Amino acid sequence: MKMISILKKTDAQVERKWDARFIKDKIFTGFIIIFSLITISPIVLIISKLISKGYKQLNWSFFTETTPNTYQAMLAVNLGEIIPGGVLNGITGTILMVLIASIMAIPIGIMVGIFLYENQTKKYAVIVKDITDILQGVPSIVLGLISYFWVVKYITNGFSALAGSFALFIMMLPLIIRSTEETFKMIPVSIKEAGFALGAPYHKIILKVMIPSGLSGLITGILLAISRVVGETAPLMLTALGSMVVNLNIEKPTSALPLLIWEFYNDPNMVDLIWATSLLLMMLVLGLNLISKYIISKRNL
Amino acid sequence: MSEINVNIKDAVLEINNVSVAYNKGNYAVTNVSAAIKRNKVTAIMGPSGCGKSTLLRAINRMHDLYPNIITEGQVLLNGKDTNKMSTIMLRRKIGMVFQRPNPFPTMSIADNVIAGYNLNGISLNKTEKEEIIEKSLQDVALWNEVKDSLNQKGTFLSGGQQQRLCIARALAFQPEVILLDEPTSALDPISTKKVEELLMELKEKYTILLVTHNMSQAARISDNSMFMYLGELVEYGKTKEMFINPKDKRTDEYLTGKFS
Repeated sequence: MKMISILKKTDAQVERKWDARFIKDKIFTGFIIIFSLITISPIVLIISKLISKGYKQLNWSFFTETTPNTYQAMLAVNLGEIIPGGVLNGITGTILMVLIASIMAIPIGIMVGIFLYENQTKKYAVIVKDITDILQGVPSIVLGLISYFWVVKYITNGFSALAGSFALFIMMLPLIIRSTEETFKMIPVSIKEAGFALGAPYHKIILKVMIPSGLSGLITGILLAISRVVGETAPLMLTALGSMVVNLNIEKPTSALPLLIWEFYNDPNMVDLIWATSLLLMMLVLGLNLISKYIISKRNL
Repeated sequence: MSEINVNIKDAVLEINNVSVAYNKGNYAVTNVSAAIKRNKVTAIMGPSGCGKSTLLRAINRMHDLYPNIITEGQVLLNGKDTNKMSTIMLRRKIGMVFQRPNPFPTMSIADNVIAGYNLNGISLNKTEKEEIIEKSLQDVALWNEVKDSLNQKGTFLSGGQQQRLCIARALAFQPEVILLDEPTSALDPISTKKVEELLMELKEKYTILLVTHNMSQAARISDNSMFMYLGELVEYGKTKEMFINPKDKRTDEYLTGKFS
């Protein structure tokens, strides 16, 4: 008899529409919607601002010509015309420096990542892992300073693309190391054991089983590392310095897209170019991120 | 330790006082000795955690992979100490199939079959490759199902087909002994039946050592059986005799379902 009355009470409470539980639920749903809107609104605002301000400058010469000088820009601004010239020197400089940094960081990063994965409990590996984490937190301007003292002063004897690449290389290294390690951890141990059960030597298992199985993860990690350093400005100010012309000599000062944004900001006549350059840089980073998201979604391990 | 009533003359593998410890002093297998008869299916059964898989993996030295695992004792393959053989030679002679089908996900079906050759840098010409692939897949009764899709990834196959592909991968290396670690525990009943029938046929050419915690499977397909309990080999003998008339009380209790 008592059980039945409890049952009836429970049923009545479950059916009641507007009691405290429902109101709490609605309030929290509302909060979550507001917070998520706050999270996504910056990116929407940034992109819409960049497009609305920068689209006028995005013409053919923007990609094929180098930076105009202040006088040309001033003339164009006073006549109400579009500023002539473009950011080709920045595009080539960014590609050059990121490329050199990647060539250094990818093999070293992947090898250290494999080392950390294979020796998770060894003391030395634990120390390396901790140092990698610390390296990830070093402010980029400090890395620029280090590169200045090592490369600019002693190797290239002047500001150079190589010095810029070196700073970017140190920035990429911990990102690639950790992403490689995480990727390898996701590969089932049974696949590695299958290789060992066939008597395969260690290096063959790494090269022919582990790396192909984790390839999509490795590529994603590399793309994200590139997208992180492609927009770095501070270390390049102290190392690559900037250049008005297209420079492909790694021992000479070189420009880069983020450096150009900083230069345009400092020149009142060139302010209009900031928006188009930022838009280009933003698209580059966004593109890299979208590609890596796509690769992750296709991953079938 | 009960009597080992298997004729030693026919033994392909001799396990002598093998103990395996996961950490110092924490033994998963203690002092197991047994001789495995050639061209027979030998089942190792016992409750979960009794050390069956650990013993199996000691035979082809898979424990070498993990530095914290200590293996003692000796395993002889055709009278030769496996500890003194190269891992390539040892694992060529002793193939292994795992609990879950684990074809290499990035390789095609054909490449999976000849992975043993590729991963050890043994070069084969085209006709040799084709011959090995066709023969190995026919041996596992998979050839007719996959002959038109040899270049597809092995992971597209069903679980049972994947497991047979893994057996073909082990067979392709022409081993003498095949170790199977609960090969059907992740498969559906129909696939299990196919794999069991396959093992019965394969014993003509190979010696099969099978770990199972399914005692009816041991009864169905094995000639000899070991019963392990808490890291110890309790009883070893002909399967029929063991199931009808177990000598040890613990075997009797296990077989009658008093514990599992």
